[in-house]
Amino acid sequence: MKIHNTRGGRIFDAVNYVFLSLIGIITLLPFVYVFAGSFATEAEITRRAFFVWPEQFTLGSYEYIFATPAFVRALVTTILVTAVGTLVQLAFTVTMAYPLAKKTLRGRNVILSLVVFAMVFSGGMIPTFLLVKDLGLLNSYWALILPAAINPFSLIIIKNFFQELPAELEESAKMDGATEIGILWRILLPLSKPVLATFALFYAVGIWNDFMSPLLYLSDNSKWTLQMYLRQVTAASDLLGTGNVDPNYIPPEQGIKFAVIVVATLPILIFYPFLQKHFAKGMLIGSVKG
Amino acid sequence: MAAPVIDTLAGERVRKSAPAPRNRGRFSVHFAHYKWLYLLLLPGVVYFAVFRYAPMYGVSIAFKDYVPFLGVNGSPWVGFRNFEDFFANPDFPRLLGNTLILAFLNLGVAFPLTIVLALLLNEVRLSILKRTVQTLVYIPHFLSWTIVASLSFLLFALDIGPLFQLLNTVMGTNIDFLSDPAWFRPLIVLQEIWKNTGWGTIIFLAALATVDQDQYEAAIIDGAGRFRRVWHITLPAIRSTIIVMLILAIGQMLNTGFEQIYLMTNALNREVADVFDTYVYFVGITQGAYSYSTAVGLFKSLVGIVLIFGTNWLAKRFNQSGLF
Repeated sequence: MKIHNTRGGRIFDAVNYVFLSLIGIITLLPFVYVFAGSFATEAEITRRAFFVWPEQFTLGSYEYIFATPAFVRALVTTILVTAVGTLVQLAFTVTMAYPLAKKTLRGRNVILSLVVFAMVFSGGMIPTFLLVKDLGLLNSYWALILPAAINPFSLIIIKNFFQELPAELEESAKMDGATEIGILWRILLPLSKPVLATFALFYAVGIWNDFMSPLLYLSDNSKWTLQMYLRQVTAASDLLGTGNVDPNYIPPEQGIKFAVIVVATLPILIFYPFLQKHFAKGMLIGSVKG
Repeated sequence: MAAPVIDTLAGERVRKSAPAPRNRGRFSVHFAHYKWLYLLLLPGVVYFAVFRYAPMYGVSIAFKDYVPFLGVNGSPWVGFRNFEDFFANPDFPRLLGNTLILAFLNLGVAFPLTIVLALLLNEVRLSILKRTVQTLVYIPHFLSWTIVASLSFLLFALDIGPLFQLLNTVMGTNIDFLSDPAWFRPLIVLQEIWKNTGWGTIIFLAALATVDQDQYEAAIIDGAGRFRRVWHITLPAIRSTIIVMLILAIGQMLNTGFEQIYLMTNALNREVADVFDTYVYFVGITQGAYSYSTAVGLFKSLVGIVLIFGTNWLAKRFNQSGLF
C-alpha cells in the first residue's frame, strides 16, 4: 500500500530523517571521541576540545596499560571469570530447566511457583552479602558467579523451549535405552544450540559488566575485575568519601583512561550484532503480554 | 494475590486446587522412574534454596539486632526498632525526596522520550535508515554503568572535557558538572536517556507494528494529517502497552539503580545523590549496620510492591487493561 504523501508530509519526513540521523550520530560520538583519544597524545587531548581523528597517532596509551601488571591481571581475570561463569550459569540453568519441562514430574508446580516468587521478591543486598560472607566466598571469584547462577527469566524461557520440542524425539531415544541425562546431552542440547547461545551471551554480558558483585565481595584489590579497575582509573579524583579507592593512588593521564575504556568496551561491541538480534527477541518474549 | 502473575510468567496455567483426577500411584515408584530427572533438578533447587531463599529468611535480621558472632538465628529480636530508627532519622526524608525526584524525572522525561523516539522511528519508511538508527541507539544499553560513568567523567572533565567546554561556553559559566550538586540530577537523567531510551523503544515498536494499516488509509481518505493520525490511531492502539510499561516503571520507582548512582556519587554531591539503594550500601556494608540497612532495604521493597499493585488497581479502575 502506498500512502499518498502531501507536501507537509514530505517536509515532516525530511525533518524526521535528519533528526533521527542526528540522534544516531550523537549516541555514537562519545565512543568515537574516546576511541580517537586513546590513540592521541596527552598534549592533544588537553589542547583540543573535541576530535574524532588524532593529529598525531600514537600507541603510547596502549603500550602503557599493557605494561601495567594491575591492568593485565584485571583483564585476564575478567576474561576467565566470564568464561567459567557463563558455562557454570548455563549448566545450572539447563539442568534445572529440563526436568521442569516434564509436566508429569511431581513437585514441579511447587518449584515453578517458588522460582516465580523469587523473581518478584529478593532478600536484598545485605542478607545476600551476609550469606556470601558466611559461605566463606568473600574475595573468591565464585562470589561473582554463584549468587547469579540461575536467572529465573532465562530458566523459564529455556523450560518453555524444551517443552515445545516434539516428544517423539525423546520417546524413540528411550526405546533405544537412553537415560534422561543421555537424552538431554545428545538430543536436546544439540537441538537447542541457538537458544543456548543466546542465554550464554546474556550471562556473559552480565558477568563482564557486573560492578556491584565485585564491589561487594572483592575487597582485595589484587583480585579486582576490569570494571573495578576502570572505575579506579577514571574516577580516582572524584571519589572523596566513598571509601574504596586506594588513597595513595595517583590518577593517570587522560590517554590511559581512554585506552582502558576502549578495552572494556571492545568485547561488547564485537558481540553487539549477536546481542542486538537475540536480546531484542528475548526482551519481547519476556515482556509483551499476549 | 500474586497468583495471576505466576500463571502468566511461568508461561502456562499452574494448577492450584484439585489434584489430578487420574490415579498417581506411590511416590517411591514415581521417584524411581524419574530418578535421573530429580538428580538433574538438584543443583538448581539447591541454588534457589541457598542463594534466593536463604537471603529472604535473612531479611528477618531487619527485626533483630544482628551480631555476626551470633548469626541470623542467634541474634536477639528487637521488633520494629530498626524501622523506627530509620523513620526518625533525618536521613529518611532526604533519601525519600532524592529517590522520588530522580524517579519522577526518569518517568517524566526519559519515559515519554522513549515513546516519542518509537513514534518517530515508526514514521520512517526508509528501512535502511530505520535499521541503522536502531542499531546505533541500542548500543549503549549493553555497556556497563562503569563505562557510562567513565565516559561522563571524560566528557565533563574539569577544563578539558568536550561537554564541559561546550556547555560552559554556551552558558557563559564555569561549572564543574561532576561535583556541582545542582547538576547531579540532570546528569543522571542524561545518562539514563543515553543508555536506555533507544533500547526501550523495542517494546513500543513491536506494539506499533501490530496497528491495523487500513485505519490509516481510512483516516487519509477522511483528510487526517500526519499528527492527527498519530494522535487518533497510533497512540490509542499502543495505549495498553504504554500503561503496562508505566506500571512496571512505577513498580521500579524506588530502584534508582545502585550502580549508576553509586558511581556518580562523590563527597560534594552526597546531599542530593544519596538514595535508598546507595544508603543501604554505605550504612550496611561500609559501616556494618547490618540490621538497620536490611530494614531500609525491606521498606523499599515493600513500598515497591505496594506501588505496583496500586498502579495496577488504578489502571483497572480507569477501565484500562492492567498488568494482571
